[in-house]
Amino acid sequence: MRYLPLTDSDRRAMLADIGAKDVDALFKDVPAAARLTEALPLPRHQGELEVERAFTRMAGKNLSAGCAPFFIGAGVYRHHIPAALDQLLMRGEFLTAYTPYQPEVSQGTLQVLFEFQTQVAMITGMDVANASMYDGATACAEAAVMACRVTKRNKVLLSGSLHPHYAETTETSLRYTEMEAELLPPDPLGFEDLLGRVDSQTACVIVQNPGFFGGVRDLRSLAAICHEAGALLVVLVAEPTSLGLFESPGAMGADIVVCEGQSLGMGMNFGGPGLGLFATRDKFVRQMPGRLAGQTVDVDGKRGWVLTLSTREQHIRREKATSNICTNSGLCALAFSIHLTLLGGTGFAKLAELNHAKAVQLEQKLSKVKGLRVLPQSYYNEFAVHLGDEVKAAEVVDALADKGILAGVAASRFYPTWPELAPVLILAATETNTEDDMDRLVAALKEVV
Amino acid sequence: MSETNSISGNKGLQIEEKLIFELGNPGCIGVDLPEPGPVDLDRMGGVRKREPFGLPDLSEPQVVRHYTRLSQKNYGIDTGFYPLGSCTMKHNPRLSEKVARLPGLADLHPFQPQKTVQGALEVIDGLAHWLKELTGMPAVAMSPAAGAHGEWCGLMAIRSAHEDKGEGHRRRVLVPESAHGTNPASAAMCGYTVDPIPAKDNGRVDLDALKAKLGPDVACLMLTNPNTCGLFESEIIEIAKAIHGAGAYFYCDGANFNAIVGRVKVADLGIDCMHINLHKTFSTPHGGGGPGAGPTVLSDALADYAPVPYVVHGKNGLELVEGPREGAKPFGRVKGYHGQFGVFVRALAYILSMGSDGLRQASSDAVLNANYLQARLSDVLSASFEGPCMHEALFDDRFLKDSGVTTLDFAKALIDEGYHPMTMYFPLVVHGALLMEPTETESKDTLDQFIAVVRGLAAKAKAGAAEEFKSAPRNTPRRRLDETLAARTPVLRWKAGSNQ
Repeated sequence: MRYLPLTDSDRRAMLADIGAKDVDALFKDVPAAARLTEALPLPRHQGELEVERAFTRMAGKNLSAGCAPFFIGAGVYRHHIPAALDQLLMRGEFLTAYTPYQPEVSQGTLQVLFEFQTQVAMITGMDVANASMYDGATACAEAAVMACRVTKRNKVLLSGSLHPHYAETTETSLRYTEMEAELLPPDPLGFEDLLGRVDSQTACVIVQNPGFFGGVRDLRSLAAICHEAGALLVVLVAEPTSLGLFESPGAMGADIVVCEGQSLGMGMNFGGPGLGLFATRDKFVRQMPGRLAGQTVDVDGKRGWVLTLSTREQHIRREKATSNICTNSGLCALAFSIHLTLLGGTGFAKLAELNHAKAVQLEQKLSKVKGLRVLPQSYYNEFAVHLGDEVKAAEVVDALADKGILAGVAASRFYPTWPELAPVLILAATETNTEDDMDRLVAALKEVV
Repeated sequence: MSETNSISGNKGLQIEEKLIFELGNPGCIGVDLPEPGPVDLDRMGGVRKREPFGLPDLSEPQVVRHYTRLSQKNYGIDTGFYPLGSCTMKHNPRLSEKVARLPGLADLHPFQPQKTVQGALEVIDGLAHWLKELTGMPAVAMSPAAGAHGEWCGLMAIRSAHEDKGEGHRRRVLVPESAHGTNPASAAMCGYTVDPIPAKDNGRVDLDALKAKLGPDVACLMLTNPNTCGLFESEIIEIAKAIHGAGAYFYCDGANFNAIVGRVKVADLGIDCMHINLHKTFSTPHGGGGPGAGPTVLSDALADYAPVPYVVHGKNGLELVEGPREGAKPFGRVKGYHGQFGVFVRALAYILSMGSDGLRQASSDAVLNANYLQARLSDVLSASFEGPCMHEALFDDRFLKDSGVTTLDFAKALIDEGYHPMTMYFPLVVHGALLMEPTETESKDTLDQFIAVVRGLAAKAKAGAAEEFKSAPRNTPRRRLDETLAARTPVLRWKAGSNQ
């Protein structure tokens, strides 16, 4: 077997050194009743050719995004990934390293994390960022818990602008704790009143910008209200390329910013793995979850990096830790960081403007579809549209898939019990969409709506 | 040996590398994009357009060189022997990387209509099938993102089952003192209190002490098996009976599953749930700290509480269940989308490559390799417990007594010898622990060389070479780093003008 270097003669020699009759003797502590005496009746080992064939067959059953006009977003975005990125990601010294517990032989990973933390802090407009969380949804839940810890309050207010998966994950996380989540109804038009709901019990308000239905809002007044009430403002960014165009959440007064980092460097991968970004103010750093890389010097006085402030973490603090997180999303952080480094400040701004321009172009083209109206007044690269009172967006998506067009996602997939959302379709456009894609979408929509 | 300082600070292949923020050159770009045209300010919701904020500009060759140089400052399993106990650093097959990049699997959106992703659902369902068959368990929650996340998922299912039975008052969780720190941390996140249970002199749970701790307020036991001392809990079936007899559930931490795949079905041990670290047992790359995946197998008693989403066989093929469903009582959702799909692809590629015969051979070889290390080193190091061990060999620092050398020093000396050190100072139940997990990846030749080096270092330590150990490592890109300085004066990001 190609992954196993021991030969039978090696095994015999080793058993002789150990003084064991056979390998079974090494398993003598396993209760006899639970010992399996032979391999389970499942398929046997296979060569690369056979395994690759099996995956090619499964891959062939899917309609991949590159083979269709593609307009799905809703938290996972299709962007072009520079070719150099994947080559660097595949370097075995990055790919096959563990968490950098031995800093002298992990300066590569540690410097990457320090650069990543800096990039995340810069794009969010915050002081400090950690070395990553699992994904945007879990980062959102961790932000709620941290806000409760900081404010010593228990009430978490979740805006209707929040991605439903993020809201569900946060509610689940608080389910068996003293903390409570109040979730506002879905808000496709951006009319919800958050300001009037913040009171002296509120630990934090969590708002997504751009929102799940695409709307963008100025958060200054909300930040002011939160701070006046002693609450924190948590801003969630599901599409971090938007940070190249809009003023940062930090500049608008956020106390914690969490993002899903997938749209830089990672591809869609059917939704996982993701990359949770987590940034905050300096004064809250000791309340943060997750790992942190920090700068220091070695015995020769040379600059270097280590994991630091680990007294917050589970391996030291156990049940008193700020989170149970251990393994996070290291390689995804590297991918994110490489992509952002390739883009640079100039490319990051340009990519964002390009995405916005694509969405504006899509809106213009959609104006030719009778009965369709764009819901949010403002957006980045994504917006919800209303297809007409009698139209079911889920059926439209289904019909267009049969034509080979991946036409966004129906709001009813997330809100099946909200009939008023049945005609709502969420569409995204990125730099990967061509004008021809848009024309095909519009033509197909005209046929079915 | 004379050491010459170069003008550049570089040492041959070890090249000093600045931060990207110190390399930027305004006007460079690493990605060519079309001109976007003027921004439509009417669509910006009153939010100001962002001004440039200092991200550096670099060209592609600068970027490629930067990350290549950084990679050369890292030790990976590709580089050499990585006996990091409890982490299962086994070979990461490149076939897994190749198939994970097939556009038909990588370029898929989680919200595509289900009829366009039947092959992706087949990957999830196929992997779930293998995990259930290998453990003998009837159900698996696929979505947890890592081991600790799987622990929390399992405990949420346990808490939900108790709440459902009107036994929500069960809030105490028993956790051995030797457990991973994630166990108590996960318990706390479910609103549980943690009650430690002691071990016996043979490194296993003290069954009598455990029984004495049981009571009507106990929710579950969290037990790692094989445990963190590398030992199989030989009384595990009695432990399970005692736990169930008290109305509590049995959580097994599956971090060490690599020792027993294909040799034991954990269902036969009486456990109710166990997470499986795909990035350990099933060879997906650890990537310097993730991504992982922690699917959690569940017994019949807990299966109904599995979180969404999950895949079922429906009349139109495979169906992804994302919300309420007849008969199911999901405790909620643990993350966005449908689990760590890219990790699933890699794990399934490994499993199909190994097959049931290969997986059983792998766990056998992993245990053989660990026992070989223990047998060949026990006369010079101090083994904490009598053998045989499972997939890892635990030593403590008695062999270093009066030498002036600590476990840390010993580990750093190994770095100069070209090895990644073993896990140090864990588990906490022995003094100055050195936990070695060779995995099935290593050849006898590699182990023999390592054994010779460890024996040589042990002899050196005993011969009074403490100073040499204290100054190790000397051959690395950086030598020992000041962790106290890092924690006292945290510098967690680069800032313009703040650097040396």
